[in-house]
Amino acid sequence: MSNATPDTPRPPAGRAGMKKELPERFRAYRHVWVFIELERGQVHSVSFELLGEGRKLADKLGVQLAGVVLGPPEEATQNAVAQAFAYGADLVYFVEAPLLADYRNEPFTKAMTDLVDTYKPEILLLGATTLGRDLAGSVATTLLTGLTADCTELDVDADGSLAATRPTFGGSLLCTIYTLNYRPQMATVRPRVMPMPQRADRAIGRVIVHKLSLAEDEIVTKILGFLPDSQSGTANLAYADVVVAGGLGLGGAENLQLVKSLARAIGAEFGCSRPLVQKGWMPADRQIGQTGKTIRPKLYIAAGISGAIQHRVGVEAADLIVAINTDPNAPIFDFAHLGIVTDAVRFLPALTEAFTRRLSPHSRDKLAS
Amino acid sequence: MHIVVSIKQVPDSAQIRVHPVTNTIMRQGVPTIINPYDLFALEEALRLRDAYGGEVTVLTMGPPMAEDSLRKALGYGADRAVLLTDRYFAGSDTLATSFALSQAIAKIGETFGTPDVVFTGKQTIDGDTAQVGPGIAKRLDLHQLTYVAKIATIDLAAREITVERRCEGGTQTLKSKLPCLITMLEGTNEMRRGSIEDALSAARRQIVKWSAAEAGIEDLTKCGLRGSPTVVKRVFAPTARSEKAAQIDTAEKTLRDLADELIVAIFTRQPALEPELAFDGA
Repeated sequence: MSNATPDTPRPPAGRAGMKKELPERFRAYRHVWVFIELERGQVHSVSFELLGEGRKLADKLGVQLAGVVLGPPEEATQNAVAQAFAYGADLVYFVEAPLLADYRNEPFTKAMTDLVDTYKPEILLLGATTLGRDLAGSVATTLLTGLTADCTELDVDADGSLAATRPTFGGSLLCTIYTLNYRPQMATVRPRVMPMPQRADRAIGRVIVHKLSLAEDEIVTKILGFLPDSQSGTANLAYADVVVAGGLGLGGAENLQLVKSLARAIGAEFGCSRPLVQKGWMPADRQIGQTGKTIRPKLYIAAGISGAIQHRVGVEAADLIVAINTDPNAPIFDFAHLGIVTDAVRFLPALTEAFTRRLSPHSRDKLAS
Repeated sequence: MHIVVSIKQVPDSAQIRVHPVTNTIMRQGVPTIINPYDLFALEEALRLRDAYGGEVTVLTMGPPMAEDSLRKALGYGADRAVLLTDRYFAGSDTLATSFALSQAIAKIGETFGTPDVVFTGKQTIDGDTAQVGPGIAKRLDLHQLTYVAKIATIDLAAREITVERRCEGGTQTLKSKLPCLITMLEGTNEMRRGSIEDALSAARRQIVKWSAAEAGIEDLTKCGLRGSPTVVKRVFAPTARSEKAAQIDTAEKTLRDLADELIVAIFTRQPALEPELAFDGA
């Protein structure tokens, strides 16, 4: 990985992937596909975010952007097709079957691999949700192609290869990964990593209908039931406008109360950095960062968080990042917009109180008059 | 029943340091641990064995020093440990890794009995891909059950298993068949303290060590770098933002003044925010 001779081509010996020589059987692979994740009648927002990103890649490559909709014969599935067009797809590949009513690995893997084998995309993007990861791993192994997980940046090279960048080594560094000699080039992206594109409703375009060649009695795994999460609020963390989070600088689990109090006072969601989950101070679904939730709030307040890269990639899309940390050299001050070098444990109560004073209806009335 | 648990020895990632000039990982002296997510898989496997009888075989692929993680697993109470180690595996991506591991699991089946359940952790803390488990399932044609929060029932006679699986927005209850591959969710159980006997014997127990050839792998083009469709072209540190955070001067100010000053700074930068912030009357 030396940077000394960036322009010298590497010797191809022993490293099949390093030499770009696309085998004949892959040369017909074209166009960018986005898997449209549909569960219980709703398209997951990550699919729209991926359509936005896929649009850019397709335009750079001069190819078409397709949505892949797999679902049961219901109105919601038709709506997903319309939404794919509204968020930028040029065409939709469509498999409709009762077997696709709820996600199971077998029928979805079969439908997706059949589509890829038949219509041959060069790039296939999926959301890095529990569903998307379950499916992507099976599809890539069936197709024997490369799959890059949790990308934070997607681009195409001058020669048209997908350059998929992701954090590596537990988030200490970033790396750019290519699938040079295999197709499709597959990548997953976590929700909220890419911006939500503008919706532009328009007529439904070309829909290519494909049949699922699988019967229910061929599928071993059966769904016995589904229990939806109670509204704990964690589902909203990724999409919240204001987020307050705590890190190891809080010193002890009991001080997380200070984070929650501030969050409550300003109507924010709360979260934490990875070490707190590892210590068991907060549940994993509150973790913010590369291996937790990616957030894009208007305001993010990080209290006692040092700002390791794996945390940074999960928050840097926030409009305004405020960092509170005792260490003036903490990396979080390299990407925060506003910083205060102070002890969060002492400062948070004062901030909560100041916000409460400022935001109370009484003081708002005074401001108005 | 025979249960295989595939684990990985990983650097304790919190302690990984990056060389400031070359941007390479400084691995020297970094302590290694069993990937923490794998411990939930191992504990679940041990519980199944305790409940239904049988054996737990732990498997890892890695350099010779990965033996350490297997000895830890033996100390927790695993019955057998297999180390798959060969220079041909160096540079494996997830596809090549799932190939090598699935070949080794097939060999374990031939040698020690066909596994009823193969476990992996949800993902590793160094790669974070969550792809190897599904890869093994696909290659061995095992029923794939990812993000399992609970094993509800197992009927060995009927070869049936019922699990609760975390999915988007809720929990699915799935019924499937043995043999299956389960990736275990974190926080679903707590690793036991191994028995004194296991802890004492772990250091001197025999570990099965297989090269690629010994694991029955004939096609070496599917292993290591050559068998990996993905290529890491560039490793780099993220570029710093051009400007650092604007610091609010804390000298000789009360916390109250500081807080007010910060709020003014926030609303000066984001004027549209103030009317949106909730007031809950506290």
